[in-house]
Amino acid sequence: MGKVVYKIGDDVSTDIIYPGRFMATVLPTETPQFAFADDKEFNAKLNNKEIPAGSFIAADKNFGCGSSREQAASCLKGWEVTIVAKHIARIFLQNSINLGLNVLICPDIDADMGDELEVSGDVLKNKTSGKEFKIAPLPAARQAIIDAGGLIAYTRTRLMADKS
Amino acid sequence: MGMTYVQKVIAKACGKKSVAVGDVVEPSVNLAMSHENGALAMTQFQEIYREIDLEAKIWDPDRIAIIFDHRVPAESAKTATNQKKLRAFVGEQGISKFHDIRGDEGGICHQILPENGYVRPGEVVVGTDSHTTSHGALGAFAFGIGATEMAAVWALGKVLNVEVPGTIKVEVNGNFQKNVGPKDLILHLIGKISSEGANFKVLEFHGETIRSMSTSGRLVICNMSVEAGATAGIVPPDDETIRYLREVAGVTDELDIFSPDDDAVYEKVVEVDASSLMQQIACPHTVDNIKNIDEVVGTRIDQIVVGSCTNGRLDDIETAAKFLKGKKVNKKTRMLVFPATWRIYREALKLGYLGDIIDAGAVVCNPGCGPCLGVHQGALGDNEVALATTNRNFKGRMGNPGAEVYLCSPAVAAASAITGVITIPAQEGN
Repeated sequence: MGKVVYKIGDDVSTDIIYPGRFMATVLPTETPQFAFADDKEFNAKLNNKEIPAGSFIAADKNFGCGSSREQAASCLKGWEVTIVAKHIARIFLQNSINLGLNVLICPDIDADMGDELEVSGDVLKNKTSGKEFKIAPLPAARQAIIDAGGLIAYTRTRLMADKS
Repeated sequence: MGMTYVQKVIAKACGKKSVAVGDVVEPSVNLAMSHENGALAMTQFQEIYREIDLEAKIWDPDRIAIIFDHRVPAESAKTATNQKKLRAFVGEQGISKFHDIRGDEGGICHQILPENGYVRPGEVVVGTDSHTTSHGALGAFAFGIGATEMAAVWALGKVLNVEVPGTIKVEVNGNFQKNVGPKDLILHLIGKISSEGANFKVLEFHGETIRSMSTSGRLVICNMSVEAGATAGIVPPDDETIRYLREVAGVTDELDIFSPDDDAVYEKVVEVDASSLMQQIACPHTVDNIKNIDEVVGTRIDQIVVGSCTNGRLDDIETAAKFLKGKKVNKKTRMLVFPATWRIYREALKLGYLGDIIDAGAVVCNPGCGPCLGVHQGALGDNEVALATTNRNFKGRMGNPGAEVYLCSPAVAAASAITGVITIPAQEGN
């Protein structure tokens, strides 16, 4: 359970999530400080640790469009927030799954700032408005990676299986 | 049931007779490309091997390409250090397709790959760059992946758990009007189907307009297919593909040329009449915010940019030079031109194009991604407006969230440089 701490609209690009000028910073331990760097207010809330883990960022269509830069997923993973969006762009979605960032595709999502959300199976409950929304399944192809706890762990398993 | 082009490529890469849309497969990779962000792939690759008792060797050093292009020469100590680490990794692993910061072999990855014959029809190409879709112009299934996914490819030589994508057929017929071309076509298409209209799908290009289009033009439309969300854009290979590979890329070995089946099943067919198009402009701040040029004519421009993996090829530089020859860049604006590779730079130099461009008052930058993503050179000032032949106009893209970027073709960029405002090129040049 967590609150909606940031509400953004359509086509939020990876340039918005992680501006290009910080791309020389690559390590997942260092990228979180630059999450949404051009929104100084929200970025300051993150860096001042005012956003509790488990909080929700609610977006509309095509979240994470644009560049394949993985920093856009790792910078949000670092704050342990959950992304809920109507649709998510392919590369960002795959990066999120690979790195273990929580992402929910929820085509009918309706939530305002401060609303309390709770995931229950394949349903997202808005406890504030009392409405419930269906969560679309993630691509079937990615399930094994999610189950393994991310792509690095999954790749290790595969390498060891190939060896034996 | 017949297969689309991408189904055939994936089936081949999986050693299967056929695959169906939605099948989960693990295609072998023919080429895996990274640029500076290979530094992150390298870190993740080392992380994979940290906890297991295996030597951290990449699966095939001849199938990895590393090309420095996003920040060349390095703009900061941090970038230079990333490049240094990656250079050492290239040496340790014996990676052969490495293009360093050099005038004899450097440039933007998406032009280096085709020019050097690294991409062939029917292959699977992955790159840690979203514009890897470019290489569909040569009939490859080429798509962008993240750095951790690349680390897994380096380890295993295949892409794990890929869902065979559905295909949208794009049928383009008719002749372009004067000074209208591939960039206008792809901008129009993105506007028509939206920035997520092809998310998780492949765009397969057909029709007489595509058949008579040069590989340079096909690279433009496949490059920007990702701006409609597409996993890949593909032009099934034909005589022009073979011509390019033989004559320009110097490929001598046998090519595997095939076509989609006549009874292939498409999710949708989108038809475009190229003869009815006028110049298209993508307005701030999304690539699908497309307008006919006449709706934005006269918009003041502070910086004109010609270049990038989208429009930095010789024909693009030639177009700019023809418009600018004997004229001046308007003093109310400034113009930056960056050829995609040093090979193009040298050819443009030899043909006198760069001289014409400089004499007109434009600045010629070294090949690289430069101004397109605004991290290295060519950043915009507060409230400034750019008109660029690049591929993205997102807020903040050219280094300043308080600026605006319009996207256009090289002809529109060059004609507008002379006037300082967005200008229809129909009556000028050529």
